[in-house]
Amino acid sequence: MAKYITRRLIYMVVSLYLIVTATFFLMRLAPGNPFTSEKKLPPEIEAALNEHFGLNDPWYAQYGDYLLRIAQWDFGPSFKYKTRTVNDLISEGFPVSLALGAQAILIALALGLILGIIAALYHNKWQDYGAMIIAVLGISVPSFIMATVLQYFFAIKWGLLPVARWDSFMHTILPSLALAASPMAFIARLTRSSMLEVLANDYIRTAKSKGLSKGVITVKHAIRNALLPVVSYMGPLSAGIITGSFVIERIFGIPGLGSHFVTSISNRDYTVIMGVTVFYSIILLVSILLVDIAYGLIDPRIKIAGGKKGE
Amino acid sequence: MEKILEVKDLSVSFQTYGGEVQAVRNVNFDLYKGETLAIVGESGSGKSVTTQTIMKLIPMPPGKIKSGQILFEGKDIVPLSDKQMEKVRGKEISMIFQDPMTSLNPTMKIGRQIMEGLIKHQNMSTSSAKERAIEMLRLVGIPMPERRVNQYPHEFSGGMRQRAMIAIALAANPKLLIADEPTTALDVTIQAQILELMKDLQSKMNTSIIFITHDLGVVANVADRVAVMYGGQIVETGTVDEIFYDPRHPYTWGLLASMPSLENDDKSELAAIPGTPPDLTNPPKGDAFAARNPYAMQIDFEEEPPLFQISETHFAKTWLLHPDAPAVEPPDAVKRRMRKLSSTFDKPVLVKGGK
Amino acid sequence: MQQISKDKFQIVGNEGINSEKIEKPSLSFWKDVSIRFRKNKLAMFGIVLLVLLVFFAIFGPYMTEYDYAKNDLMNTNKAPSSEHWFGTDDLGRDVFTRTWEGARISLAIGVLAALIDFTIGVLWGGISGFKGGRVDEFMMRTADILYGVPYLLLVILLMVVLGQSLGTMILAMTITGWINMSRIVRGQVLSLKNQEYVLASRTLGAGLTRIMGKHLIPNTMGPILVTMTLTVPAAIFTEAFLSFLGLGLTPPLASWGTMASDGLPALKYYPWRLFFPATFIALTIFAFNVIGDGLRDALDPRLRK
Ligand SMILES: Nc1ncnc2c1ncn2[C@@H]1O[C@H](COP(=O)(O)OP(=O)(O)OP(=O)(O)O)[C@@H](O)[C@H]1O
Ligand SMILES: [Mg+2]
Repeated sequence: MAKYITRRLIYMVVSLYLIVTATFFLMRLAPGNPFTSEKKLPPEIEAALNEHFGLNDPWYAQYGDYLLRIAQWDFGPSFKYKTRTVNDLISEGFPVSLALGAQAILIALALGLILGIIAALYHNKWQDYGAMIIAVLGISVPSFIMATVLQYFFAIKWGLLPVARWDSFMHTILPSLALAASPMAFIARLTRSSMLEVLANDYIRTAKSKGLSKGVITVKHAIRNALLPVVSYMGPLSAGIITGSFVIERIFGIPGLGSHFVTSISNRDYTVIMGVTVFYSIILLVSILLVDIAYGLIDPRIKIAGGKKGE
Repeated sequence: MEKILEVKDLSVSFQTYGGEVQAVRNVNFDLYKGETLAIVGESGSGKSVTTQTIMKLIPMPPGKIKSGQILFEGKDIVPLSDKQMEKVRGKEISMIFQDPMTSLNPTMKIGRQIMEGLIKHQNMSTSSAKERAIEMLRLVGIPMPERRVNQYPHEFSGGMRQRAMIAIALAANPKLLIADEPTTALDVTIQAQILELMKDLQSKMNTSIIFITHDLGVVANVADRVAVMYGGQIVETGTVDEIFYDPRHPYTWGLLASMPSLENDDKSELAAIPGTPPDLTNPPKGDAFAARNPYAMQIDFEEEPPLFQISETHFAKTWLLHPDAPAVEPPDAVKRRMRKLSSTFDKPVLVKGGK
Repeated sequence: MQQISKDKFQIVGNEGINSEKIEKPSLSFWKDVSIRFRKNKLAMFGIVLLVLLVFFAIFGPYMTEYDYAKNDLMNTNKAPSSEHWFGTDDLGRDVFTRTWEGARISLAIGVLAALIDFTIGVLWGGISGFKGGRVDEFMMRTADILYGVPYLLLVILLMVVLGQSLGTMILAMTITGWINMSRIVRGQVLSLKNQEYVLASRTLGAGLTRIMGKHLIPNTMGPILVTMTLTVPAAIFTEAFLSFLGLGLTPPLASWGTMASDGLPALKYYPWRLFFPATFIALTIFAFNVIGDGLRDALDPRLRK
């Protein structure tokens, strides 16, 4: 296991290095970027930038400098607002985004698993069709449309929940639901198909032959095995939650990191885009690693083989 | 002797895209207390489906019991609900499955898999169930069972998994044990040990056993009676002696001829039965074996043969036993073994109700 | 028992009978797949839906007298009527015309992305699988590392840097999109290599076409088709997402994504401006998803008997 984690850590660092490098050079390509000179900027910002990036240095020095800063957890200044750094934005916005994301992941997992398991247990009955219709809806409607429609009906039209902002628990309901909708649908479908596959396995028949009840078989034999693909979906799930948060935070006026990121995109605030992208990449890579470790803990076959499934 | 199981006129079908697979067609047999019945027949003849139906373990749908009764201790289990079957499965009847690699749950410790049934049916506490699980593992010849109970199936070899499977089935002290090719995955010495083990248990607890196998050598060792299946039907049943020394059905002849000789394994020629098994979605008219039967008569292609009785215990389903049929000589390999058995009737009797 | 004529009891043997012949005629793989697929009502519904959508994408813009890009400031935000079937937007443009104009772009993005993913994926995965050894190692590690790059973030970055055009968008979507495909193809090629070996050693010279027809096509086409079917809606989704972030196509070009995000703020007063593009995005994604699912189920050999 230790060997496996070490190997994964190395991969992670390589991926991260590539991302940072790619971001750096991409930004040099961008029209009107801080690294080219044909731009009109307030002189004081220009001076700050020049100083911060050592723009008079050759590109490799700038690049080395940037890598060093990232390694020291310094994501750089804002190109538009001279008093705020990317680190400020992160420490201000990320806790909010994290709370929203965690709530959405919980909802997506809970509802998705329940729907998927019900659909599989009642394969080809109305429960199955009902659950899958909900799932297909969740997959087919883009999140910004889903969020706007939910907001319109539940908050504006019927006034059941607050329209926007992030103040109380009530404020969190609509955004987390909207953010959870499409991952929930994916989880429901994934759970259903993996449950169906597991239920067709010989060892389920063995369990039946012992006279165990349907409930015990489902809980003790089927679900644990069916959960494995869902666990590996947690990586893409966290990516989906992050990108989904751009949309949701924007629509519900939530002061999270996603919201700041979208603003920086519309402002073409390149240094912020760059810094936040790198930050998000780190978060994602770490969560994928955590998921893989969790997978190893759930599937007893992985521990021994050291990373490869099966014998 | 007391009958523990009577299977009457059982038919089982599977609904598939290609049509209805009639996997088991009008099967009749019975089993006495403490007796071992071997079911033999080539792959796809319906052995597993027949026996899994006895525990109602075939997937339904697509499977369906089309007709018949399964009387276990005199009570028909066909109409029982899943809930009611829970009291039969793993308590009265248990089963050793054919494929040890896939029949164990990969994410549950072996010990737990043995304990589950004990906790459910015998109200054991977790700790006493665990002790019993260790004992069972020791019984089936797994070394260091105290350590092994806490391992997962992937840490067991194929043979050990098969033993674990047997331990699960035996832990329940069932009245009827169904063993679906329990020894095919094992090497010869272990095979012998397992068979010994099963016989041992049988004599201790008077368990009845249905033993499915391809291996006629094993049959001679363990069985009291033999049922030969072909194309979803039982074509011949009798005591071991009757099947080995006085077989009547040409398919049984073929099976015996294809087996290396029992007594003198020198110069034993292995003659495979040519042709392929019948398509069960569209079973042939007449005798299902006709197309592969060198002794086939015109009638075999037209009408299904009735059941003939050759002795108190010996039945065969072939037109060759009809009074009008010509006398034929079985293949040499079989003929060499043929013996006159004292219990045989003067001439075959048509069984009443036989179609 | 009824009397049976004695001459029926002549031994005729099985000489003349070819028992192979009475075997059930085995359906060919694709015929089997198509039968199963056609039994799947939801998937067939998806096909019908898709055919309709494509039909309107082709002919829809010609069904009205309006031009999708022409402003008509006298007729802004008109509700659906016999004149403007889907109403008009804030610049008085006909939503019906724009919807089908947008269908062309959205579908084109989806299909192009799927085709490019397919081409790169098959080449990369195929070469990697066939060459094996170090080449394979290198190509797959590259794919692994690229796979670690968060997809949408990269797309956003590229759109910001390279500017908002159809070309950039497709480039951005496919730059890591092919990886899945290449993995599938490689896996299939590897297993085919083994089968080929077994086959060749058994039936020496079974003919490459036979091996291809019997193993490569059925085993590989299935997952590839399914993946492609599911790439299309993913790309349409991404396009809509980018439009929402303000990184979509620039006006007057219409895609469903830009139309929907333009319609968002108007939801309260002019709901049709969101309703139509949103509904068609959802229907398209729905159609591709159920078709993809149907294909996957129909191809699943475990269900074969
Ligand atoms: N779930 C199912 N769906 C469709 N057909 C099935 C199913 N299970 C079994 N069959 C069919 O029933 C027939 C009998 O199968 P069965 O497994 O009983 O054979 P068997 O005698 O046990 O063979 P083997 O010696 O290979 O185990 C076969 O033709 C098989 O294809
Ligand atoms: Mg079997």
